[in-house]
Amino acid sequence: MSSPSAESTAPAPEPDVAPEAAPIRAVPVRHYGRWAAGVVILFLAFIVVRSVVTNSNLQWDVVGEYLFDDRILRGLQNTLILTGISMVIGVVGGILLAVMRLSPNPLMSGAAGIYIWLFRGTPLITQLLVWNYLAAAYPRVGLGIPFGPEFVSWNTNNLINLFAASLLGLGLNEAAYMAEIVRGGIASVDSGQLEAASALGMKRTTTLRRIILPQAMRVIIPPTGNETIAMLKTTSLVVVIGYFELMVSVQQIYAQNYKIIPLLLTAGVWYLFMTSILTLIQMQIEKHFSRGTSRGVANQAKWRSRMLGFRFGAGRGGAGGATA
Amino acid sequence: MTPVVSAQKICKSFGSVDVLKGIDLEVHEREVLCLIGPSGSGKSTLLRCINHLEKVDAGRLYVDGVLVGYKQRGDKLHELREKEVAVQRKDIGMVFQRFNLFPHMTALENIMEAPVQVRREPKAQARQRALELLDRVGLADKAKNYPAQLSGGQQQRVAIARALAMQPKLMLFDEPTSALDPELVGDVLGVMKQLAKDGMTMVVVTHEMQFAREVADKVLFMDGGVVVEEGPPDQVIGNPREERTKEFLARVLNPNA
Repeated sequence: MSSPSAESTAPAPEPDVAPEAAPIRAVPVRHYGRWAAGVVILFLAFIVVRSVVTNSNLQWDVVGEYLFDDRILRGLQNTLILTGISMVIGVVGGILLAVMRLSPNPLMSGAAGIYIWLFRGTPLITQLLVWNYLAAAYPRVGLGIPFGPEFVSWNTNNLINLFAASLLGLGLNEAAYMAEIVRGGIASVDSGQLEAASALGMKRTTTLRRIILPQAMRVIIPPTGNETIAMLKTTSLVVVIGYFELMVSVQQIYAQNYKIIPLLLTAGVWYLFMTSILTLIQMQIEKHFSRGTSRGVANQAKWRSRMLGFRFGAGRGGAGGATA
Repeated sequence: MTPVVSAQKICKSFGSVDVLKGIDLEVHEREVLCLIGPSGSGKSTLLRCINHLEKVDAGRLYVDGVLVGYKQRGDKLHELREKEVAVQRKDIGMVFQRFNLFPHMTALENIMEAPVQVRREPKAQARQRALELLDRVGLADKAKNYPAQLSGGQQQRVAIARALAMQPKLMLFDEPTSALDPELVGDVLGVMKQLAKDGMTMVVVTHEMQFAREVADKVLFMDGGVVVEEGPPDQVIGNPREERTKEFLARVLNPNA
């Protein structure tokens, strides 16, 4: 196989003239298909925008009227508070569960496994209702020594109000999902990192905090952003236990004045506003944790040249890569 | 004087596969030992046993006269706690085939990490020493670069500096040049040669026979989990007695034949 068999291909033709070392200025490919699709898209966009602006049934003036209505703002405030605290419970609980799940102690990882199984395996509505009606099963809760004396105890109904029941339902459920996200992130870190840290004499907890988690973050953050945005909307489920947030406020208002569409638009505007803010925050966090990766320098091919196939300006085009 | 590394009848198996079958080994201070042999011969496993990245199944392994990974009380061995193992590893530097630099830290931060986190050195002092070490491996200008911005050879030299930052009394090298482009191998070997000249005690798993001949005080040829031949490099590599050693060297030194 390695014997020098005869080169079968014809010898490459010798160029008569050495090619100029000047930069190539070729005519770019014209993307006619893209142009055609672009025209269709622009036309459809025009139709949609025109109808949104001109359709009087949408009653944008009513939207403007209610956008900063007291009831709407109180609902909005509740949505934000519920989302924020539930996500904190979810993330902290998720990290705890993920670390437990990866523990060498089989009872630890088993307990985390059962938690995840239970809270992912039943509907969130069910969990919210169970927390709300907990008093029916456990009328009093107290602190004390099991099977021994009790130091303090409370009436469950006083302890768990609507707000607390909402947080317990949303947060503990979220923790189960976050646990799987964090576990995936930790598993994505190369095992050589753990070995290198061990070889340097680092303890398990130090390794986790300084080496593993910062790298896992890159994998954890995008789905966590997803979860946060989903949570923003999932909070509306608290309606089943009679609590309120943005969607409930909107429903209560249009139940009285029947201005259904404009009030739904009001809610939509607020939700889009909040998700946009969250997306911006997520982008900043992602940028922070992409330190040291070559993908940190994103592919910034200019969309004008992608679309039209023309070169703009005399600048050197092309992909900017990481420094060599 | 107690040898830095002393191994007696070390055995190790993964499941039903016996990887090490009774290895004896001694490395003295300022000595360089090279482990050579075909892949799967157990040389990397042996190296990883020395800092307890792998548990030894049978036999005894001492570093600086202290049993690795276990405590002897009476005639019983007790496994060390993870914390105690970490303390033992502080004095043993290790360099990996795939560098294993921390990708989210700059070269400088990589080197400072263990001194600050493990030895609790003040940051300024750790930074000062890290810069000196970078200079020593010829990368003074790369302090602020992330590993992804360095070539393989540069990454491996940072990894050597990172291990040296803990001021180890023993350095382990696990095929440090096997993942490198050929033209980058020389820089890394150069740093290692200098290290040997400065009197560092080293155990090196390598396929670089030229390096072994030049730098090693002792070469150990392993195959199938046993030591086939050992001695000074001129003897083992230059004039091997065992048939298996001859075969291996013939293939390594002249792969195109």
